[in-house]
Formats: sequence, C-alpha cells, structure tokens
Amino acid sequence: MIWNAFLIALREIRRNPVRAFLTVLGIIIGVAAVITMVTLGRATTQAVKSQITGLGSNLVSIRPGASFGPRRPDSGIPNFTAKDVEAITNQIGGLAGVAPVTRSSMGTIYRQNARTTSVVGTTADYFTINNWNLTTGRFFTDEDARAGRAVAVIGQTVVTKLFEGDDPIGKKIRIGTSTCEVIGILTSKGQAGMSDQDDTIVMPLTTLQRRLVGRTSTANISEISISIEENADSDLIIEEITALMRSRRNLQDNEDDDFHVFNAQQLAETLSSSTQMMTTLLAAVAGVSLLVGGIGIMNIMLVSVTERTREIGVRLAIGARAREVLLQFLVEAITLSSVGGMVGIGLALLLCVVLSGAIGVAFVFDAQINLIAFLFSTAVGVIFGFAPARRAARLDPIDALRHE
Amino acid sequence: MNDSNPLISLKGITKTYGKGDAAFQALCGVDLTINRGEFVAIMGPSGSGKSTLLNLLGCLDQPTGGSYRYGSVHVENLSTDQRSLLRRHAFGFIFQGFNLLARTSAADNVAMPLIYHGVSMKERRQLAKKALETVGLATKLKSVPSELSGGQQQRVAIARALVTSAGTLFADEPTGNLDSHTTVDIMNMLTRLNEQDGITILLVTHEPEVAQYAQRVVVVKDGLIESDTWNRKPNLASA
Ligand SMILES: Nc1ncnc2c1ncn2[C@@H]1O[C@H](COP(=O)(O)OP(=O)(O)OP(=O)(O)O)[C@@H](O)[C@H]1O
Ligand SMILES: [Mg+2]
Repeated sequence: MIWNAFLIALREIRRNPVRAFLTVLGIIIGVAAVITMVTLGRATTQAVKSQITGLGSNLVSIRPGASFGPRRPDSGIPNFTAKDVEAITNQIGGLAGVAPVTRSSMGTIYRQNARTTSVVGTTADYFTINNWNLTTGRFFTDEDARAGRAVAVIGQTVVTKLFEGDDPIGKKIRIGTSTCEVIGILTSKGQAGMSDQDDTIVMPLTTLQRRLVGRTSTANISEISISIEENADSDLIIEEITALMRSRRNLQDNEDDDFHVFNAQQLAETLSSSTQMMTTLLAAVAGVSLLVGGIGIMNIMLVSVTERTREIGVRLAIGARAREVLLQFLVEAITLSSVGGMVGIGLALLLCVVLSGAIGVAFVFDAQINLIAFLFSTAVGVIFGFAPARRAARLDPIDALRHE
Repeated sequence: MNDSNPLISLKGITKTYGKGDAAFQALCGVDLTINRGEFVAIMGPSGSGKSTLLNLLGCLDQPTGGSYRYGSVHVENLSTDQRSLLRRHAFGFIFQGFNLLARTSAADNVAMPLIYHGVSMKERRQLAKKALETVGLATKLKSVPSELSGGQQQRVAIARALVTSAGTLFADEPTGNLDSHTTVDIMNMLTRLNEQDGITILLVTHEPEVAQYAQRVVVVKDGLIESDTWNRKPNLASA
C-alpha cells in the first residue's frame, strides 16, 4: 500500500512537474542553504586555523597596550626597549628565538614607482620565528645588523607593485629618506584577515633606527616576536614572560598589564570558535527557510486536496478507507519534500564546490550534515503534509463526489 | 424469487438531512427487496429521493432509521471502515459525470480499484485490459479521459466498476450526460452484463426509454415508493 501510494505520488509529481518544482522550491533552497552554510563554515574554520598556525605554531608576540589590535599612539603606554628583549632572551628558558620588531609605514620609491609599505625593523631571528622563507636571494645576517648595512628583504606584493617585473635583487630602493639594497625576496604568505602579509619590507632594526628614523632611542620596539621550543610548556612560558615584563615595567599588583601577550595557538582557537558560532547562526537562519518551505508544501497540498476532491470521492466510493486516503496524501507530501531535499543536496554540492573555490577553502563532503538535512526535509513533509492529508481522509464520499 | 434469501432487504428506511428546523426528511420509510441478478430502475420526479436511496443502498451514506440487510450482513451495524470494505469487495459505481481521474490513462483508471485489493502491478494491467476489452475499448488503453468521447469515458467507468468482479452495480443517471445514440450503447452493455454475467444492477434514471432496459421499475415519490412494477420477469428462476 505504501509502495502504491508512493507510485501514485510520483505520478502526481510527473503530472505537474512545474507546480511540484515550485512547491518544493522552499525545501530545495532551505536544504541547499543549510548544507552550504555548514560545509563552508566548517571549511572556513579549518582554513582560519591552519592559516594562523602558519604564522608559526609556537609564535608568541608581546605588544604594548591592554589588548591585541590597533593601539592609540597617544595612549602613553611605553614601547619595549632593547633591554627588555635582552632580559627575555637571558632569563626565560625554552625559547627558540627572540626578535625585537618595529613597524612603521613608510614611503618607498623605485624609479618612477612610489608607494607606502609597512617596513619592519628587526633582527635575523625574525625570519625563522615568523616562518618566512625566501624565493631568491638571502636574509640579512646578524653581521649585517651589527654593521647597520642598508639591506632589505621584500615581500611579493612589493615585488609586483614596485618593481613591476624587474628583478629586484641587487637593486636600490628609496625607503623614507635613505636608500637600501634589496638582497632577498620572501615567499608569499597571502592575506591575513584584512591585511596583506606580503606587503612588507624587512630590514635590520639597527639600520632602520640609525639611517631612516634618525634616532637611536632604545625605547621604540613596538613588538617582541618569540618562538617557543617544540616541546616546551607554552602556557608556563607565557606566564613567566608576563611576570618578567610586569616587573620590568614596574607594574604594581593592583595594576593591569599594560602589554599583551599574543599566542597564535590561542588565537586560532578563539577565531575558530567564533566562526563556528557564526556557522551555527547562519545554518539556523537557513533552517527557517526549510520551515517556510514546509508551509509551501502544506499550502499546495491543501490546494491539491481541494482540486482532487472528486478523485478522493471516487477512491472512497470504490472502497478506500480513510486511513488509506490519509496515507496517500501523506506519502505524496513526504515524496515531494524528500525529492526537494535530494535536489537541495545536489544544489548544495554544486554551490559548495563553486563557493569553496571562490573563497579559497578546501571543500570536504560532510555526510552527516547532508543526512541531517535530508531527514529534516522528510520530517517537514510529514509535519506539513499531515493536515492536508487528514482533511482529505475526513471527506464524506457523497460530498466529495458532488464537489464541483 | 426466493424471499428467504434476498440480496438486498430494506425495512422502514428513513433518511433525514439536517437538524432541528432545517431538518428535511428525504426518505420516509422505504421497504424494498431486491434479489441477486435483478436489473432495477429507480425513477421518480426530481427531488423525490432517488439518489438518496441509491446512496444508502450503495453504503455511501447511512440511513437515519430502519434496517438494511445486504445478503446476511446487517449494514446499519457496520463501521465506516467496514462499509468501505463492503463497497470494495461487492459494489461497483457508475456516475453521471464519469468521475475518471484526469490526465490518467484509461488502463490506469480502470486498474485503480485493484490497488486497494493488493493486486500486483502486472496483474492489475492484465485485469484492466480485460475489463476494457469487455466494454469494447481494447484500443484505448493509453488514452486519457480528455481524448475520449463521453460514451467512451462512461465505458471506461463501467470497466472500472467491473474490474473487481463486483456483484452489484450502482448507477446514478449513467446516461444523463450522453446523447440518445450513446445511451443505447451503454444500456445495451449494462443489459448484457446483467444477463450474461448475472450482475445485479440498480440504476437511477429520469428517462422512461432508459428504464425500459430494466426488468423492474421502482418509482419513488416524496420519499416513498409509489409503485414497483415488472417490465419482464427475470430469466434466471433459480436463486
Ligand atoms: N446533503 C443534503 N442535505 C440536505 N438536503 C438534501 C441533501 N441531499 C439531498 N437533499 C434533499 O433531499 C431530497 C432528495 O434528494 P435526492 O438527491 O435524493 O433527489 P433525486 O431524486 O435524486 O433528484 P434528482 O432527480 O434531481 O437527482 C431533495 O429535496 C434534496 O433537496
Ligand atoms: Mg439525483
């Protein structure tokens, strides 16, 4: 009987495919939206995680100011000094490398091209700590730094925008008021959130301070970049660094930290938990459209029951029982919504492939969410098909046969 | 006639539509006995209660009072589902408006009742084909109702009523929508079914020409049987 009801349902769908399509459009969109949201959300979370880990998995950086993010320059919070860097290097165990970092935005000129770029002044350790690699040339060395040589390593964006195809190695560029020789080109790291990590010029801190900024103040290190050894306890080390910096910056017990220790691992977790929440939220919104789709099915099924009242009358007259009529219409609604669910899954697959390509994340087929969405669409058929089916089953045969 | 074992036996059947002030008594105590194999025409003026009577006989509706026995079954005691099953196994219906399923082939229309008999798809096809051959539509298996003439549609409807080998056919003005030529066709077919296959036929009609085909004419007026006459005696004497 169920099989027959299913066949009748399929015939009904075939009889009026356009209407069937419009009826289940809501379900199709709902299912496709839920699956796409969840799949892409999970892929994005994964991508964010691996991108941050790509910053250097054991990377810790310390910045002045209470929290991570842009800092008001007039906040009065002091930068770090070379002595701070020295203290961390000497007093904290389990560190693979420590590098002072100064970032400033500076005008750069090569021939007729001029643009503003983020210029980093640091030591040779910076490259290993931050997972930078070279495509050509060399990094600067401690020797370069000590001598204060005017050398620079540049990112891919600088290569394309400033040099426009010229080979930059050995070329001189003007940075601020001084001239530097390009000695190496960094491998691309891509975007990190809003900022282009490849739009950077790295040079020895000493050179930057002596030649470009024109002062040798020791208190202008805006960030200390640290990498922790592979097997060290990073939580403990971060605690030690915090304690050390607090004492070096003369903070009393009742004062808050005026610097921030940022840990890539931690950030990865925070960010992925927030993308996960976003995903859940979007999926819930998409789920609402599934419910709206269910109402669409109910609407059309009610119309269908009215339209087919005579048919129901005939079926009752030839001996169909109320429950058989109920079953027929229920199966019809479920068939519609399930077919809609399957089309939605197909559409989601397509969308996921296209969109994951467009936003540059890896597409992973998630059987679980596909199954859940499909079962949900079937459930929508049961829930919203029931009222119309019951209306059909309750018809009186004579009234139904007389219906115009 | 064998009074000890009639097919249908009505005693004091009444039917009241509506309640209170709006109540209307369509049947006011009908006694009627019909034997297996009879071909009965029910006539009478419009609004006299012919359709009401036929619907009660066909178990599509329930009487307000009185008793109805079909064979050995006390119909008035049956539940809705039991009446459905009685219709499924023993009755066939032919309607004035044909009531075929639109956009559904003649074969599928005819096969439809068999679904409720749990007959396999293959067997359904065979039986439907046979029933359509019986009504002379062997060539129209695949035609949908909109491709068939009124007479052909009514023949499909007859095939649908026959396909379950129902013993009793109920027809409410089956020729009401047909021209006189087609009416003759349909009535000849019903007569043949009655005489050759022994199917009991109860038919409501306005037209005396149609009633002629029946063995027996029952005239209803104002909810009562006014007359009950024989055109010709049934040719099967045995009960
Ligand atoms: N569902 C109903 N509710 C109320 N009154 C009804 C209903 N059905 C029939 N009647 C009334 O019962 C009476 C008998 O109706 P019925 O349909 O049996 O007449 P009929 O003899 O078949 O007439 P016709 O030849 O016009 O078809 C009519 O007066 C009609 O108005
Ligand atoms: Mg009538």
